[in-house]
Amino acid sequence: MTEYFPLIMGVALFILMIPVLYRIWVGPTGFDRILGANVIGTKTAVLLVIIGAVYDRVDMFVDFAIAYALLNFVSAIVVSRYLNRTISLKEMEAREKKAKA
Amino acid sequence: MYPVAVFLLLFVNWIVLSGKFDAFHLGLGVLSCLIVTILSQDLLYHDRTKGLKARLLEAWAFIRYLPWIIWEVVKANLHVLKLAVTQKGYEEMSPRVVTFETYLKTDFAKFVLANSITLTPGTITMLIRGDVFHVHTMSQFLEDDLLTGAIERKVAEVFEPEVLKKA
Amino acid sequence: MNGFQFIAASAGSEGGSLFPLHLFGMFLGFLGLIFFLGTAVGMMRFPDFYTRMHAAGKGDTLSTMLMLTGFALVTMEDFSLGSWLLFVKIMGVVLFIFLSTPTSSHALMRAAFEDDEMPMTEEDLKKSRKRGKKK
Repeated sequence: MTEYFPLIMGVALFILMIPVLYRIWVGPTGFDRILGANVIGTKTAVLLVIIGAVYDRVDMFVDFAIAYALLNFVSAIVVSRYLNRTISLKEMEAREKKAKA
Repeated sequence: MYPVAVFLLLFVNWIVLSGKFDAFHLGLGVLSCLIVTILSQDLLYHDRTKGLKARLLEAWAFIRYLPWIIWEVVKANLHVLKLAVTQKGYEEMSPRVVTFETYLKTDFAKFVLANSITLTPGTITMLIRGDVFHVHTMSQFLEDDLLTGAIERKVAEVFEPEVLKKA
Repeated sequence: MNGFQFIAASAGSEGGSLFPLHLFGMFLGFLGLIFFLGTAVGMMRFPDFYTRMHAAGKGDTLSTMLMLTGFALVTMEDFSLGSWLLFVKIMGVVLFIFLSTPTSSHALMRAAFEDDEMPMTEEDLKKSRKRGKKK
């Protein structure tokens, strides 16, 4: 059973990615889309290790997985930095006071 | 002392990632680690006043902290699974935002507290402003657990024992 | 094609001395799949962005960690130096994901909150449920 394990895991992981893909497709806001892309990216790192196990070259594919995990983290940070409006803390406190009053 | 520590960390990384032990590859590793250490050793370890013993104690505290946080992650996932799959769990969902103030001082302890809040069941950190944490919660009983400060006390026990002695 | 040939070639070699370890690894992998099912269904069903973030931030961390640990155990064929290096590499990926996924979800959350996207309160949720029932 050990030799069928990577194939079963890969196929199941791929099927479970479809709901997340649906969220990327319809997601009302841009944040939903980037969140779905982030989840799929993390799972792709696992999928790369699975591909390595299928081809019996895990030692090579693990390096790809490391690079992919790093890139995924950086992309999430960059998109969140790009999308926020960076209001200053003082302005936010002023807005809170206005909301209380 | 800190440049040496940075060099050793980089070199351990090199050995694990390359996996070759002949003189040529090890020499290349020493050379490139030296260049990186000279160029950018001030990026790692912001606070240079602490000694080696304090750093080792911090690392040991982090290792002691891991089993508890892993058990919390498992509980959080069971909670998410219950909310997502069963209809009853979906109906008892009541999202809201909670604000509280922490007594932790150092940045590392705040980072660990924010990540712990994200990983414990039903709560996720939204925004940190100085000492004030804004937390998004999913249901009522988890919020009570957060506001009595169980997570905060656990983090303080491991990372800042002197704060608890004062209180 | 290559993969299938590999599978066919190694089909007769079941049950070595390390079989309990492989079995434990497979158990961890399937456990990770179950938790990822929670994440996927939660991403579909939850009502607004912040609650979806709960499903993504938590389920993603644990399921990835469990699956990678399971694969690290399954690919451990003998206790030689190379296989230990592979194990340490995969555990490095696990540690990195354990630290980085909460951080990136926190960054996304903060960006959404500063972008004036207000979280859904309990009353909004009740209203949307009523509307759903009327339809």
